Amino acid sequence: MTSKTDAIYDWVDERLGLSELAAFARHKTVPVHSQSFWYYWGGISLFLFLVQCFTGVLLLVYYRPGAEAYESVRQITFVMHFGWLIRSAHAWSANLMIFSILVHMFSVFFMKAYRKPREFGWLSGMALLGIASVFGFSGYLLPMDELSYFATKVGLQIPAAIPWIGPAIANMLRGGPDVSEFTVQRFFALHVVVLPAIFLPLLGFHLWLVQRHGNAVPPSVEALPPSERKAMPFLPNFLRKDLAMWLISLNILALLASVFPWALGKPYDSLAPAPIGIHPEWYFMSPFEMLKMLGAVLPGEIGEIAGILLFTVGIALWVLIPFYDTSKEQGRRGRAAHYFGLLAVFALLVTTVIGYWTIR
Amino acid sequence: MNEETNSGIIVPEHLEPGEIRTRRAFLAAAGAAGLAYTAALAYPIYRYLASPEEMALSATAVTEVTLKDAQKLPLGAVLMFKFGTAPAMLIHHEDGRWIAMTAVCTHLGCTVQYEPQADRIHCACHGGVYNPYTGANVSGPPPKPLTLFKAVKNDTGVEVSRA
Repeated sequence: MTSKTDAIYDWVDERLGLSELAAFARHKTVPVHSQSFWYYWGGISLFLFLVQCFTGVLLLVYYRPGAEAYESVRQITFVMHFGWLIRSAHAWSANLMIFSILVHMFSVFFMKAYRKPREFGWLSGMALLGIASVFGFSGYLLPMDELSYFATKVGLQIPAAIPWIGPAIANMLRGGPDVSEFTVQRFFALHVVVLPAIFLPLLGFHLWLVQRHGNAVPPSVEALPPSERKAMPFLPNFLRKDLAMWLISLNILALLASVFPWALGKPYDSLAPAPIGIHPEWYFMSPFEMLKMLGAVLPGEIGEIAGILLFTVGIALWVLIPFYDTSKEQGRRGRAAHYFGLLAVFALLVTTVIGYWTIR
Repeated sequence: MNEETNSGIIVPEHLEPGEIRTRRAFLAAAGAAGLAYTAALAYPIYRYLASPEEMALSATAVTEVTLKDAQKLPLGAVLMFKFGTAPAMLIHHEDGRWIAMTAVCTHLGCTVQYEPQADRIHCACHGGVYNPYTGANVSGPPPKPLTLFKAVKNDTGVEVSRA
């Protein structure tokens, strides 16, 4: 019996190199220090992405894009057994995923894990966050209720404000001058085919880089001599903790999805006025509020263009941080990058709070 | 060094027999909890995917269908309709008889058709032939006859019910 399984293992190993992988996994370690807690957030994001794939496929079973979109979501929510739960889990998990990606991003930023040789990890991570937000934006329209209609209408004003080419881009995204069943059809194609096709290989690249370079340690730990640094084996110690985190995430998700089921509004009506108190999702609240504030100072088109310029410069600075803050020594640039990060967190939090505060 | 107890279980030397029992109880409890957890996840997913099937089941409970205006069907004509979820046919024979039966071939489930010229029911998939008055399988591969329904004509239509 054993010799037979050994023989099969050898046969496969010779062709796929399993023992190299096993040896790699055995030697993989994860640093242990006071900031180790933040290492879990990439894994939590990955887990929530898997939940998105799974619940997304389940929703695809009954969802119909185009003119019937609202009716099919109504059917999923109120007719199919537990359809409300699947839909609620998909919506909640999307929000939790964006949240955990943001936590992951800021922890990487403040641990300075974007420095050599991990620049590509940072860049691919930023691209993944960008795609995740487009996932969020396109998925938000798919039920075609009142809120999704106005959210998409307003959201597409941002690309529309780009000088010269803006209106053409917005029309292309909308499939016409107004949000309609053509918009939901193309957002659907984007959401379930185009975005996953870009996201998955990029995610593979991102994870491969993590294996290649291992976990970065914060500068304070990096300054210690190697003999004073601690680490735990990935197999089974860290993996066990990782899976425990996944289980905790799943429980939180199940609790939120079942206790606070995601609502479905009235079907969209292109003639109805926007409902009172309409506001963007929390992860778009900050840019929304910044644009609003800027609009108060610089009214009209100037304000719109200034806003887009501000975001473009801010995001470019953020994305290009590995090429600015390169030195391992705690120099002036390192400190500047740190303060830039603190400023970004502060601005995001404050504008988000103001945004929610001023909802009428 | 490991010892073998008389129940055949290998006991690592550093463990007392009492510890083995609690460890085994713990593993059993953890396994049961894991199973219960997986079942709690799988049950809603199963019910969600099975929803259309359950809806169809309630439709197959149908025992009677009223075909409105079917009394106007000319002699030698056929009307296809759904009895529950499955296709069925109502034939108004040249001799004035009203015959209703299922239209699902008993061979491999294709929908059969009434051919007035040949006065037969024919299945195009594998050439099965049925009697258009009794539903009896006449030739070809069908193993069983088509199920007959009771058809009663009245002033507003034809009532079809399970015979």
